[in-house]
Amino acid sequence: MSSEDNLINSVQNTWCPGCGNFSIQHAIKAVILELEQEGIPKEKIVLVSGIGCHAKIVDYFNLNSFYSLHGRTIPVATGIKMANPDLTVICFAGDGDLYAEGLDHLIHAAKRNLDITVICHNNRVYGLTTGQYTPTSPHGFSGKSTPDGLIEYPLNVIELLLGAGASFVARTYTRRLPHLKRVLKEAIIHHGFSHVDVLQICATFFNQTAWYDERVYETSESNSDRFEFACKTAQQWNYNDDTKIPLGIFFRFTKPVLPEKKDLTSKDRISVIKSLLDRAT
Amino acid sequence: MEVKIITEYSVLIGGKAGDGISQAGQLIASLFSELGYHVYQYIDYPSLIRGGHNFCIIRAAEKPIMAYRDGIDVILALDQTTIDLHQKKLRPNGTIIYDKKRVKDTGHALDIGDIIEKYHGIRIMGNTAIISAFCGFMGISWDITEQVFRRKLQKKTDTNIQIAQEAYSQISKSMNIGPSVNGKHLPLLSGNEWISLGLLAGGIDAYIAYPMTPSSGILHYLASVAHEAGIEVIHPESEIAVILIALGFSYAGKKTAVGTSGGGFCLMTEGLSLAGMAEIPIIIVLSQRAGPSTGLPTYSSQSDLLFACHAGQGEFPRWIASPATSEEAYAFSAEAVRIAWKFQVPAFILSDKSFSEGIFTGEINPDETKESFQSSPSFPYRRYEDTPNGISPILAPPYVHETIKYNSYTHDYQGITTEDPEMTVTMVQKRIRKTEQLLKYVDKPGAVHLGGKESAKIALLCWGSPRGVCSEVAEELGLRVVSPVVISPFPTEEFRKAMTGVDKIILVEESSTGQLNLITAREGYKMDHVILRYDGRPFAVEELLDQVTRCIP
Repeated sequence: MSSEDNLINSVQNTWCPGCGNFSIQHAIKAVILELEQEGIPKEKIVLVSGIGCHAKIVDYFNLNSFYSLHGRTIPVATGIKMANPDLTVICFAGDGDLYAEGLDHLIHAAKRNLDITVICHNNRVYGLTTGQYTPTSPHGFSGKSTPDGLIEYPLNVIELLLGAGASFVARTYTRRLPHLKRVLKEAIIHHGFSHVDVLQICATFFNQTAWYDERVYETSESNSDRFEFACKTAQQWNYNDDTKIPLGIFFRFTKPVLPEKKDLTSKDRISVIKSLLDRAT
Repeated sequence: MEVKIITEYSVLIGGKAGDGISQAGQLIASLFSELGYHVYQYIDYPSLIRGGHNFCIIRAAEKPIMAYRDGIDVILALDQTTIDLHQKKLRPNGTIIYDKKRVKDTGHALDIGDIIEKYHGIRIMGNTAIISAFCGFMGISWDITEQVFRRKLQKKTDTNIQIAQEAYSQISKSMNIGPSVNGKHLPLLSGNEWISLGLLAGGIDAYIAYPMTPSSGILHYLASVAHEAGIEVIHPESEIAVILIALGFSYAGKKTAVGTSGGGFCLMTEGLSLAGMAEIPIIIVLSQRAGPSTGLPTYSSQSDLLFACHAGQGEFPRWIASPATSEEAYAFSAEAVRIAWKFQVPAFILSDKSFSEGIFTGEINPDETKESFQSSPSFPYRRYEDTPNGISPILAPPYVHETIKYNSYTHDYQGITTEDPEMTVTMVQKRIRKTEQLLKYVDKPGAVHLGGKESAKIALLCWGSPRGVCSEVAEELGLRVVSPVVISPFPTEEFRKAMTGVDKIILVEESSTGQLNLITAREGYKMDHVILRYDGRPFAVEELLDQVTRCIP
């Protein structure tokens, strides 16, 4: 059996037909096969998910995984990476999961420049709980909890991540598969905190296919090492207005990373305790 | 009847928050432990940084003690409030040593400001002056005084010593305290530090916590020794992050403990339930303070017992122990690590403010540390393999050709989400078998402390820190003390043995409802009297003695 054949297991897939999650799964599979060729053995990869439709992805991959809690993808991934810096840790999260329930963790992981990759399956609606607004839903969104239309405006998560200190910030779209694959791979390779906001449609509760198809374009990445350019790109679309939507790696920067390289040589615990007792006076 | 005379001393030092009363108390405790006494120190302080009244009671005795008494031999007053509040506790032949410029009283006056000025010291060195005067008064030799001061005061040591010498010479020797008959100089640590040493002995690789009184002492102590001990100590953004980061560490094979108090533990409960479902080892130190909500942040309580027993949605096994001595804190904290990894369950150390922040001597032997638990997985690996005892071997990534899948959903053997009714039942029953195994493992000698007059028909029932005061009361009144150390799963057989022959039970607990009562009622025991306290303060021996006396014929 080739590596490609057994990367996806035989677990029954329960995503809706047309769901953007299939594209992310396909792209990740291709990226992991390439990474394996390039020297990252697959047993050193750990996938972590939150809870929501996106999270089923970890069940479908024949890879190490931790199917965690709604909003808690990042702290679990933080623990795994801090405990063993040799592991490549990839987080899958939904927009409700990541930008509502678990937003504080996202900000702090970006602040720490923790060397993990966060992939947000951003369909701008809660799917598994059958259609409520999320922090990235547009103004006026008519969901089950907001039947009169959403009075809030969405969060520009790209601006938020830049402000928080993320060293790799990108946006891509599930219907631009080569772009999706390239951006995901770059994000995983990036040494530091990398965030990819993946626009995708929810086939059942918020199908924006035509709307996105007309507006997305691949932006230039020639100034992606410059923060002020990244901020300008982030402001081109505020997740609400009817404007062009840039896709691409908006910001990529090198700065100190967590976990630091530490020499935690194993010490004789008993003699450490004896020494501490000697000083306990 | 032969009357056994116990030589013991109680000292109270009080002042304003910011006067360094806590450190001053430790210095006095160190002097007594240097002389070979068993020492117990209680710290009382409000939740503020400056102003307010802080005091410590330091008690030294020839036998192990874990409580304070009302009668104070010497009061050291750095402010007037100390006199106003505590003078009534002074024994008839007791003495007050005070700062002349800040306090009006009759006793031994010391012009602290003057002494500090003479040696160009700073205000905080007033502690040095008053403690040194105390040493002179007690007849503690200058050699020992200087030795302890040099060891404990590592900043501006020479100025401190000059100030100490001046204060020492200004007071006349009125007592003659000698070395304790034990003659053994025992280590002196806070409850939080004894717990920390136990966690280290159990083999933790990491400690993760968000600051919260009264658990922060563990965070501070382990952070200060992290390099030396070779552990990671992390302070993340919230208690929610704390427990989930810890579960990530466990996934990667690293033994990890967390610590908090009630409010922080509320935030940890979703992670606790995840540990229950995904069968992830985790050690939780829960140090109680008076609630509900923010409550009394710096005062003690035992009102989170049932919360700890039942926290988290769903049903899953957990181990809870509540140590009452330094030796138990060390042994059971180490045991918590072994239990968590052997049974892949949450293991709790249930402490409280009195125990965590109290400072006391103890005697442990690190060479007796047990080996840590080793898992032996079979291949191809399945994380939730069904086994007769319900325990699936644990394996950490990376492992070539194997996938290691943890899951918060109901899952199959491999760790894949399932909603199949049969697999659901299989996994529920697997957790039930783990609970049964755990009970079998814990219900053994040591799980329930039996003390006092062991054959007495009247038993004082208690758990955790009040055992110290209960033991002294029981000794004076000839009562039995029964105190479960392991609380979940409840050691039924050991408890029954300890209660054999008891016909009257008096429960002592720092709560308003007597929570242990609900646990022992399940075992078929009914309390005859319940003595509760919920003002955040522990009982002094005399206070409890008075209440217990009223319950017995």
